[in-house]
Amino acid sequence: MTASAGAAIEIRKASKRYGAFTALNDIDLHIRPGEFMTLLGPSGSGKTTTLNLIAGFTDISSGTLEIGGRSVTGLPSHKRNIGVVFQHYALFPHMTVGKNVAYPLTLRGIKGDDREKRVKRALDMVKMADFAHRYPNELSGGQQQRVALARALVFDPPLLLMDEPLGALDKKLREWLQLEIKRIHRELGTTFVYVTHDQEEALVLSDRIAVFNGGRIEQIGTGRELYDHPATLFVGRFIGDSTVLRGKSEAAGDGTVMTIGGQRIFAQGRLPGEARPVILLRPERVGLKRPGADALTGENRLSGTVTEAIYLGSGSKYEVRLADGTIAVVRSPLGATDFAIGDTADIAFLPTDLTLLPDDASADVTLT
Amino acid sequence: MNHHPTEPQETIVTDMPDRPALLKRWRPRGAVWLAAPAVLVLLLALAYPLAIVVVRSFTDPAPGLDNYVWFFQSAVNRTVLQRTFVVAAWVTLVSLICAYPYAYAMTIVGRNLRLALILCVLVPFWLSGVVRTLAWVILLQDSGVINSFLRGLGLPPVKLIRTLPGVVIGMTQVLLPFMILPIYSVMKGIDTRLLQAARSLGAKPWRAFLQIYVPLSLPGVYAGAIIVFILSLGFYITPALLGGPRSILLSSLVQNQVLSLLNWGRGGAMGVVLLVATFVLLAIAAPLMRQKHSSTRREA
Repeated sequence: MTASAGAAIEIRKASKRYGAFTALNDIDLHIRPGEFMTLLGPSGSGKTTTLNLIAGFTDISSGTLEIGGRSVTGLPSHKRNIGVVFQHYALFPHMTVGKNVAYPLTLRGIKGDDREKRVKRALDMVKMADFAHRYPNELSGGQQQRVALARALVFDPPLLLMDEPLGALDKKLREWLQLEIKRIHRELGTTFVYVTHDQEEALVLSDRIAVFNGGRIEQIGTGRELYDHPATLFVGRFIGDSTVLRGKSEAAGDGTVMTIGGQRIFAQGRLPGEARPVILLRPERVGLKRPGADALTGENRLSGTVTEAIYLGSGSKYEVRLADGTIAVVRSPLGATDFAIGDTADIAFLPTDLTLLPDDASADVTLT
Repeated sequence: MNHHPTEPQETIVTDMPDRPALLKRWRPRGAVWLAAPAVLVLLLALAYPLAIVVVRSFTDPAPGLDNYVWFFQSAVNRTVLQRTFVVAAWVTLVSLICAYPYAYAMTIVGRNLRLALILCVLVPFWLSGVVRTLAWVILLQDSGVINSFLRGLGLPPVKLIRTLPGVVIGMTQVLLPFMILPIYSVMKGIDTRLLQAARSLGAKPWRAFLQIYVPLSLPGVYAGAIIVFILSLGFYITPALLGGPRSILLSSLVQNQVLSLLNWGRGGAMGVVLLVATFVLLAIAAPLMRQKHSSTRREA
């Protein structure tokens, strides 16, 4: 387990078609050496197809794919020298933990003490050294996945692919293993490509996240970029909680005015072109106030009724039904005014604390 | 992330989830009597005659080991016993060679083709063994289909009927389903994604197959081999009809002693020898079949 330089991945104009079905539609993805890149999206969005293309489990239909500066088109998976961790663990049931981890070394002609040492080091890294003589079915799911991780890393691949590796585990264990995977990534400097549909997991782990939807990449960026500046409504809704406001809109100077349930909202900025704008609000950027009270200059107000109030310890989370029926999500800090279910209240936000995005009906459909 | 969280304890499900006690405990007393008819038939039709055979092998015509002494002193008997085991071994080997790729094919083809393949395995079960064996007589005899074909190609005829190879061919065909079905049932449970995992670790496809798939299919191979071998040892009709004087198997000798010479003692002794040999074989094979990984023991 030497700290090896990770490999860069360069995917250009890649498509994957199965008959008439297009699983992946003309994607471009550049992954830097040593980066932790997460491919995030709902099922069927193309993220696993992308992983399978990199792993060599399936061939690209058109476009190019380079790993470490070398085109791998037509190169079978056993010649790519890539570690892969599967959701279903894929440990060999007839081999002990030690033999499983030694397998890729044996395939590379590494024998004797050298092999033993490397197996030991890999198992130490995932804290499974005491289990070398066990069989996989004697281990829990979390333990099996750690062994699978050791097996995928023991031959020092410059690239590790993980396909929803924690998907079958319970929440607590998943959170602990996320931190373990992050630590291992930091120690090794290997390029990690991680597939998940869990946006929180993506935010915890990744240097950058590529958000997939319908066989395309909607946006690539850090978690902060995706949360604060989503490029599409889909990304905005997929990452974190959000409230989407729709209404009749018109340009007003360098801003946009939207009428929602008879109340007028002012948003800074304008969308280019003819696209119908929607407003995306983040729960922390919205305040909940008594009707008409505590108005700030230029503040937008929409009146509604509190339908849900949840105390979170670090603050409170509310759901507010607005006049047009939209449910708005609000997160108030500790010490803010308390509201109860049934209270009438205004949601309040500044014209700059929102994101103006082109409407996209598919963003709603895909999420449900 | 400077703090080092400790590993959360994972709960391992070792038993069925809790169900209402009523449901879990619903085992009406006396359920064992449901097996009574089968047990009765087995006792009357198997255990009782078998006991008679064993007893008579030691007592008929006089008490003692005479029948066993006679059996092992006769060179013909020893040759036939040895030949019976050799034929059983050949039948097992040839069946395995035919059945393994066939069963594998059944796991990878589409649904319709798989149904057709299963049908091909099962149809022979629906035909009487005598009819099938007579079909082989027609195929194998000196002026039969195979030799006519060879003659048509200008090749010399081969002697198949009344030879050991002919017996092995006929028995293999009859017993093949007993090899294919256990192997198939194990193979269809093998997770082929393991082969993908092996390839990602650097294994060439054939190596992944030999080192991952084949070992995982062995329980089916052992089960099929034992069934075919044991059935072969006691096979009667097929070797009797396809074989000749130089390919007599033990079952024919038993038939000869009991039905032609009315010598129940000697026939019984032969049966007991075969039975004991079979048990010895099973005892040797049992540890092979015990797969470590198939243990259900789990530890946290």
